Amino acid sequence: MEPNNLPNPNPSTDHGISAYYQTRAEHHAVVTSDWLAQAQAAVTRNAAVPEVLPKIAATGGSRAAGSGKAFSVIDEFNYWRKKPDLAEAVAAIMALAAFIRSSEATTMMELEIELKKASDTLKSWDTTSISLSAGCDLFMRYVTRTSALEYEDFNAAKLRLIERGEKFGEISLKARRTIAMLGQDFVFDGSTILVHGYSRVVLEVLKLAASNRKMFRVLCTEGRPDRTGLRFSNELAQLGVPVKLLIDSAVAYTMDEVDMVFVGADGVVESGGIINMMGTYQIALVAHCMNKPVYVAAESYKFARLYPLDQKDLAPAIRPIEFGVPIPSGVEVERNARDYTPPQYLTLLFTDLGVLTPSVVSDELIQLYL
Amino acid sequence: MDSRRLPRAVIDPKVRQVGFFTSCDPPPARSLSVPADTGASAIVPTDMSSSPPLTDIYITNNSFSSVRIPPPRQVSAEGLHSLGRAAGSTTSVFAHDVLSPHCWEGIQMPIGSYNSSEFMQGKSSMLSPSSSRFDDIDFSEEEATSACLIRTGSGKEAAAFPRSSGEVMMAIKSGANAPAKSALKTASVVKALPEVTEKDGGTSIEKQNEGIGAARSKQKTTKAERRAIQEVQRAAKAAAKDAGKGAKSTFASSGGALAVAKQAKSAILPSQTKYGSSVASERRVDRNPDKDGKKDVSQSSMQFDDKSRVEKAKRRAAVGHFEARNSVELFRHLPQYEHGPQLQYLESKFFHLDHIHPSVYKVGLQYLTGSTSGGNARCKEMLLAFQEAVMDYSTPPEKTPARDLTSKISSYVSFLIACRPLSISMGNAIRFLKNRIAKLDHNISESEAKSNLLSDIDRFINEKIIVADKVIVHHAVTKIRDGDVLLIYGHSTVVEMILLQAHELGKQFRIVVVDSRPKLEGKALLRKLVMKGLSCTYTHLNAISYIMHEVTRVFLGASSILSNGTIYSRVGTACVAMVSHTFRVPVLICCEAYKFNERVLLDSICSNELGDPDVISKVHGRDGLNDLENWSDHENLQLLNLFYDATPSDYVSMIVTEHGMIPPTSVPVIFREYGRDQLFF
Repeated sequence: MEPNNLPNPNPSTDHGISAYYQTRAEHHAVVTSDWLAQAQAAVTRNAAVPEVLPKIAATGGSRAAGSGKAFSVIDEFNYWRKKPDLAEAVAAIMALAAFIRSSEATTMMELEIELKKASDTLKSWDTTSISLSAGCDLFMRYVTRTSALEYEDFNAAKLRLIERGEKFGEISLKARRTIAMLGQDFVFDGSTILVHGYSRVVLEVLKLAASNRKMFRVLCTEGRPDRTGLRFSNELAQLGVPVKLLIDSAVAYTMDEVDMVFVGADGVVESGGIINMMGTYQIALVAHCMNKPVYVAAESYKFARLYPLDQKDLAPAIRPIEFGVPIPSGVEVERNARDYTPPQYLTLLFTDLGVLTPSVVSDELIQLYL
Repeated sequence: MDSRRLPRAVIDPKVRQVGFFTSCDPPPARSLSVPADTGASAIVPTDMSSSPPLTDIYITNNSFSSVRIPPPRQVSAEGLHSLGRAAGSTTSVFAHDVLSPHCWEGIQMPIGSYNSSEFMQGKSSMLSPSSSRFDDIDFSEEEATSACLIRTGSGKEAAAFPRSSGEVMMAIKSGANAPAKSALKTASVVKALPEVTEKDGGTSIEKQNEGIGAARSKQKTTKAERRAIQEVQRAAKAAAKDAGKGAKSTFASSGGALAVAKQAKSAILPSQTKYGSSVASERRVDRNPDKDGKKDVSQSSMQFDDKSRVEKAKRRAAVGHFEARNSVELFRHLPQYEHGPQLQYLESKFFHLDHIHPSVYKVGLQYLTGSTSGGNARCKEMLLAFQEAVMDYSTPPEKTPARDLTSKISSYVSFLIACRPLSISMGNAIRFLKNRIAKLDHNISESEAKSNLLSDIDRFINEKIIVADKVIVHHAVTKIRDGDVLLIYGHSTVVEMILLQAHELGKQFRIVVVDSRPKLEGKALLRKLVMKGLSCTYTHLNAISYIMHEVTRVFLGASSILSNGTIYSRVGTACVAMVSHTFRVPVLICCEAYKFNERVLLDSICSNELGDPDVISKVHGRDGLNDLENWSDHENLQLLNLFYDATPSDYVSMIVTEHGMIPPTSVPVIFREYGRDQLFF
């Protein structure tokens, strides 16, 4: 059942690049030479196993029974991951839901153990991704913390699990829209919003705000070296929102004309702080200095039971950085892709659980992991 | 620290809009203290004492009282007093005001006397928060909730008799005005308050010093009476509200009314209050006989038999004498240090204190001499002693084990308090034990009940202390990385376990042990660590700002964590936390969840413990340094040796409990989620 024989897309062995970055690159279509190479690899991988990616409903039964090859969470996960608008965690959640369906376990205990294994496999697929492991953990919590496990009839219990799993998947899918509804209230006419990084949730919020005929202006940081800002500003420009691009070092320079800062998050940690693309911390610091609110849009499946005490307290997610010119020999390059913003620099978090202050995150987490 | 506080200013308005969106006129803290479920008639009077602009009469009233500067002692005493019953806090402030005219008689009292009475009070409610918590475990919490019921009731009833309550109202008004005349004396006035009420009972102050047997019973009346007075006053307020509604008079007219009241005050006041209080107390008995019964049990449990009461009186006298030495003004509400005389006294009385179980006695003496110290150790020892006491316990005929054993435990506890004020963790443990006793099944046999209790105590020690420590160690070790420099302060067993565990795991780190006079607890810890082969640096608190440069993590223990995230810990902890916050070094507090307390503490004055002032005047091994010899002869010299301080949550990065690593803002969540059933069972 263990998919160890499958091609592990995590290329940390060959490039020293974290899977976290790789996923980002795929989702955000960052065009780097690395990404091209990976895309190439992905194509070949897909070509190798094209028949295992049909509809989810079909996969479970047919593959497990028919092809003689065990159902693989990773395959399922990769299938969902290909969907452009689906977050990694949601893909994992969908994959786990499918896993329950296709499981051949005959007892509840067995099913639970298998599910645990599958979730561990998914997590080990990319250890640097916070939302992936958080999503898996939350799924396990949500699904298994039910009275269903005491049902006498195994099939009824399994159905119950599937139901819960799908419900959770549904909630996660809808999360972004919920957040957009909540977040757009904070965009007021004539406001100037500073955005850092390419966050699909933030984009959704701004889209909704724009479609509600709110007049606002967006400042996008360039987001070196991924140039996420370029893509983000492109999306906004198509919506007709006035956008201005800044280089990353111009944040403090422009902060006095900014009314609020909007960022997404890779993970929301127990302290209420966020882990996000490199540069978020410094923007939050500048905003805090100038008393500008910093709003974070993040789905609740990104809530992770982590508690970093400082920047170095997290496993770094390594990414390649191109400087355009050869780096002088003997010079080190900081290649971490993300940083940690402590809660005291955040104003509010827009989540599908509601608009929260940073301290409520821990509240929610404690409730979940009771 | 600013950086931590400023963002809240940004957040606050939005949060507040969610929370208090109706009318923000009264300060939120005060309006919160008004019980939400009281009727309108009750809310208004309570509000009046807190927020001026509600009725005209009270505007003038308050403008008077706002002139006088509230003495700090009042605040602290009040704070302590109200801790037990949060809901009653606002009204009890007012009760002080009302009573103060009586206090004119008491102002001349010698200092020693009111201190002793204070001490008596401390016995029941002040001594330590936890003690008040468990002493009236059965009713103190109920009181908080049910008090409002009583209040509404009395308010209504009083309103039904407008004549008498109107008179009472005037009396109250005059009472509130009186202290305005002398801002300076109010401190002593307020302090003297308990006695004054006792005075109504007809006892003289001198008597109080000697015959504490009387004082004991007086104290009881004090409490009842105080509450009665509160009720009368509440009734008065309700009436005043009615009057205010009827007349809706302007400032001037109400001022006039006030003047009239002032003139009439002195004649009416004593009898009126007396009358009202007796009525009120009767009423209370009618309304809640059950509660009163419980109260009697717990109080009688604190009153020892006659002989011992007299002995206690002597002990108090000794304390009074001790206290005549210069105690620090701000901390006079705390039980004053009394080590020397008490140890001798207790040792000499070993064969007379036959109602105290020997093992409890032993533990008490250990507390007294300091041979058992540290929150966990003290709590464990106490529980083990109780376990032995339970083992040797046999129910007297015609008594139920639940009742009798509870009173027994209470008497043990008051003995332990006499030895040393309880820590909050011990208070929680006692609460747990009493809860278990109260829930004993009446149908099971005595031996069965006893074995149940024994296993419960075992379970508490195991789950809440031993296993919890292991879990905490497991969590905290993940935060130690190779190359770290850890700073520790005080002597926390769990921190020690963390360090040893991390060392066993082969992590490479260095430790800075910070110590401070007079206890120098760090030395013992340092010894243990060095024996295990850890590399340590030893320094004193004075050097903290220098040493902090190289530190990467600060690990601290806690005596208690309060629900606003305040850390109540060994004195000096706040200093360490602040310096490390300034240096941006993360501060980790390691604390078992059974030490959490639902109260809120803002400073280290309200609740603290005083140590021997002599130990800070002398430096061991330096006899030449005797400038402070005979310091107590100097009227204007006071020495303060505090045991604990309160660290604001702003300086704390993380709290490590057995429930995980949580930010200090999540302490109330732990209460909510694990609260009643799990934390205290």
